[in-house]
Amino acid sequence: MEAQAEHVTTGDEASVHVRVWRGDSGGGQWHIYRVPVRRNQTVLDVVTWIQQNPAPDLAYRFACRVGVCGSCAMTVNGEPRWTCRTHVNRVLRDGQLSIAPLRNLPVVRDLVCDMTPFFDRWSEAGGGFVPGIDRHRPLPAIAPDTLARRAADAAIECINCAVCYAACDVVAWKRDFLGPAALNRAWSLVNDERDRGNRERLRAVSGDAGCHNCHSQQNCTQYCPNLLDPAGSIAGLKRTVMRAVLKGEF
Amino acid sequence: MIAPHRRHGLWLAFIVHRLSGIALALFLPVHFWVLSLALTDPAALDGFLQWTHRPLVRIAEMGLVFLLSVHLFGGLRLMALEWLPWSARQKTMAALATAGSVFMALWFLLSGYRMA
Repeated sequence: MEAQAEHVTTGDEASVHVRVWRGDSGGGQWHIYRVPVRRNQTVLDVVTWIQQNPAPDLAYRFACRVGVCGSCAMTVNGEPRWTCRTHVNRVLRDGQLSIAPLRNLPVVRDLVCDMTPFFDRWSEAGGGFVPGIDRHRPLPAIAPDTLARRAADAAIECINCAVCYAACDVVAWKRDFLGPAALNRAWSLVNDERDRGNRERLRAVSGDAGCHNCHSQQNCTQYCPNLLDPAGSIAGLKRTVMRAVLKGEF
Repeated sequence: MIAPHRRHGLWLAFIVHRLSGIALALFLPVHFWVLSLALTDPAALDGFLQWTHRPLVRIAEMGLVFLLSVHLFGGLRLMALEWLPWSARQKTMAALATAGSVFMALWFLLSGYRMA
């Protein structure tokens, strides 16, 4: 049984029973707070109320509060979510809420994770754009309705919240797996006609930690808050790698 | 207890495919051994086949047919997922694979199939 510490501060006001995981890389425990109910309250509102009232030393991360910056993702009732756009009344279970740091990433303190491994995977998957022309040559026109352009479009709106990375069981089982976000990024560049880095990128995504580790559980697509489809991107990479192998390109 | 992030159809399709694969790997050696009785001990094979006509054994066989079907259809789903142009209807495909497997298992049970 995990230890719990209880902080009750709201008297008779209608409140939500909230468990917050607090600790650091060495371990931690659940703290219980009673948070007053508000209309249209988000999970981030709940965390902020706790930090502004009973627990000023609570560590958490947020910036935009409108689902753009991707910094406020946490584990809410066991599921990874962007907390700024997750309404409490949609995720309450038996009137209770549990909030913990994201899975699959090292904890810095309380609800804050170290995102370094997540962004390392981006680099390892060839997530950087490789230009093919310099500034003295005109930009090529890219028709918006081509298959490649539409595939790049579908993958490009990632906000790097790491919800998919936290949801992925393969990441949990194989720590060096590139993960859905990095592979989704690689897929958007594979379809970018201006990019010239595909040869090395396809080697990176087909290596020991690459796309072929994916078991198609599709937790990434299930949980992506921006409704992207990283599982589709990974399948696209598998097809592209196979075509390249059959053509003898590497 | 299934963790909350695994409670969706495609994760369940994944685990069913894995578990049915393991179960079939255990079943197939036994199956081939029983078939080998046709050459080594036909009387024992006849006795075994008579035993399989019992209702409880038949229901258990329905489970085997379900495992075989769900692994077959699930495998076809995965090959389509990896080789054909991507479709957003992944859950529909998993549901169809499951429905096809249930149909095959029930068809086996209700068909009045007898090994002569």
